[in-house]
Amino acid sequence: MILLVQYMLIFTAVLMLVALGGCFSEHSGVINIGLEGIMVIGALGGALVMKFLPPETAPFFVVLLTTLASMLAGMLYSLLLAVAAVNFSADQTLVGTAMNLLGAAAATVFVKAMNTAMDPGNVSSEIVYVHARKALLIAQGTEFSWFMILALLLLIASYVILYKTKFGLRLMACGEHPQAADSVGINVRKMRYAGVMISGLMGGLGGLVYITAGVSAWKFENGVAGFGFLALAVMIFGGWKPHRIALAALLFGLFRSLSNVYTGFDFLRNLNLPSTVYNMMPYIISLAVLFLFSKNSAAPKAEGIPYDKGMR
Amino acid sequence: MQTDKEKSLLRRLPWLQTLLASLVCILLGLLVGYIALLIINPAGANEAFLSIIKNFWSYSKPEKQLKNLGVTLVITAPLVMCSLSVLFAYKVGLFNIGAAGQYVAGAGACLYCALALKLPWIVCLLAAILAGALLGVISGAMKAYRNVNEVISCIMLNWIMLYLVNTVLATVKNPTGKDTYTLASRNPGAILPTVGLNDLFGQKNMTIAVPLAVVMCVVIWVLLSKTRLGYELRATGLNRNAARYCGMRDRFNMILTMGIAGGLAGMGAAFMFLSDFEQWAVTQASVPAMGFNGIAAAFLGGLNPIGAIFSSYFIQHISRGGGHLNMNMYSPQISDLILAVIIYMCGFVLFMKKFMNTQRGTGKKSRKGGRDQ
Repeated sequence: MILLVQYMLIFTAVLMLVALGGCFSEHSGVINIGLEGIMVIGALGGALVMKFLPPETAPFFVVLLTTLASMLAGMLYSLLLAVAAVNFSADQTLVGTAMNLLGAAAATVFVKAMNTAMDPGNVSSEIVYVHARKALLIAQGTEFSWFMILALLLLIASYVILYKTKFGLRLMACGEHPQAADSVGINVRKMRYAGVMISGLMGGLGGLVYITAGVSAWKFENGVAGFGFLALAVMIFGGWKPHRIALAALLFGLFRSLSNVYTGFDFLRNLNLPSTVYNMMPYIISLAVLFLFSKNSAAPKAEGIPYDKGMR
Repeated sequence: MQTDKEKSLLRRLPWLQTLLASLVCILLGLLVGYIALLIINPAGANEAFLSIIKNFWSYSKPEKQLKNLGVTLVITAPLVMCSLSVLFAYKVGLFNIGAAGQYVAGAGACLYCALALKLPWIVCLLAAILAGALLGVISGAMKAYRNVNEVISCIMLNWIMLYLVNTVLATVKNPTGKDTYTLASRNPGAILPTVGLNDLFGQKNMTIAVPLAVVMCVVIWVLLSKTRLGYELRATGLNRNAARYCGMRDRFNMILTMGIAGGLAGMGAAFMFLSDFEQWAVTQASVPAMGFNGIAAAFLGGLNPIGAIFSSYFIQHISRGGGHLNMNMYSPQISDLILAVIIYMCGFVLFMKKFMNTQRGTGKKSRKGGRDQ
């Protein structure tokens, strides 16, 4: 049971962070399908810091530096989307798809090249960070990490920023009706850049949290196994609202962790379902929810449409 | 007069613009790949880059070249189908990111029919098409009736299908590995007919899939640009409400589009797995890249069914070429990297065309975005 709660909280943290990131991007009017790729690159940034930090670094600095590295990596990578979507009016879905492929490919090529350069016999795409990971945990021997608290803080921050600050309200205006926002002097391009970059920041951190969940090494060939897409589902399930995204993430996190630890429960084991059922569950639920509630969707009205000043 | 003609050449020939834009994408992709090779290990970069580009030409013997050309063609056929699936939906205004899941559904259906039910190839092929189409219809219906964004529902279905097919095909798994049985060992009757193509190329997996894929491209081209149905579908895609006002069945058209797109992707899976070239690994944890590469091929081919043949071939050529790299020095994922950059650059095609139209014209903005046919 404790194990289930641990996994649930860690997966919830991942999904919540990434979904909140997606929420910022979409509220600014840019669909971010590339969250999966952003997660991989963010994870890579964090993993590199963990690998190369000297072992005697104080735990506080380990947490701080890995967090900053993954955020920075994710943010820089998200610029690819921002440039294409804002400056060049590119098809956002296409660019996002490309970013997912690019993230996994670039990370794999990079890590393999690095491993080979350090040891000619090593052609794997794995980064090991046993030592640094210990610093991320609140209590040794459990899976409770500082990232859970960080995720909670960022949730509160997201809510406040979106609903209580001038910036957040302007950001949302750009996703609803950019022409109207522009007419009252809001710089739509700047706002969309901000939205995408925040999503990169959160997505990158989410990637780092994901690869440190229960394991001390990561093969970058595997990417992040669809978590970016799952986070998109969480965001939609949560109706593009931070507090509801948190609840949705909790539900999805529960099902995702069940597939890891369901054998520990007698009644679940007795059901004799294959573990794939638990893997499928979050997707089936979100599909059903979409089916039921999409008719009056809360999606930002202008998302996915490149901003054109001349359009009415 | 002469200069006037020269000026408008690009504008008069939209397909030339498309070709030019695609070539720019390819060149930039290759450039990034080359730079990556240089950074990793400058000493072998030239050689490695050539081996990616050359693919089967890097073999010296003609028989071996032919055989490896055959392999490239065998994996091109499914990609052509997936790219047809994506471009067909895109022409009708839908982004079929679900080609990947429809491909998975097709793979599951045809392999189950072939290995568990021991059915002949034609039934397996039809099962694959139906499975893909069914998945497409689900997304289409959710879009038409419940206003669910097709991108999102397709992504969900991709993952659901992956886990479902993994579970279903685990029943026909070869106990010695993680792959399903080969068709040759369990049910040779399910392998697509080869009609002598295998002997021609000296490649046993060469089947009618390859010519059939080309035929399907022509069929889709005719359907889209020469028939009333195609016109209606495109009209629905351009403006759903206007189409409805004109008496077209917008909902039905949307569902039909996704159904056809799904069927095409499912057929692609049958081309792959019924040629017995590859088996399904029931432990795979991510959706096969074929469907996503279909997106690349569709856009690189300028969203033209005939262009899709060439772009699909090019993509598989590069992917196979990546396999020829010296693994101790470079990772084969370099070719994935090149492809990803190419897709990314495809996002800028619209901008490039606009640039070509405004740059060389008389200053008057051309309203034609170069959307051929």
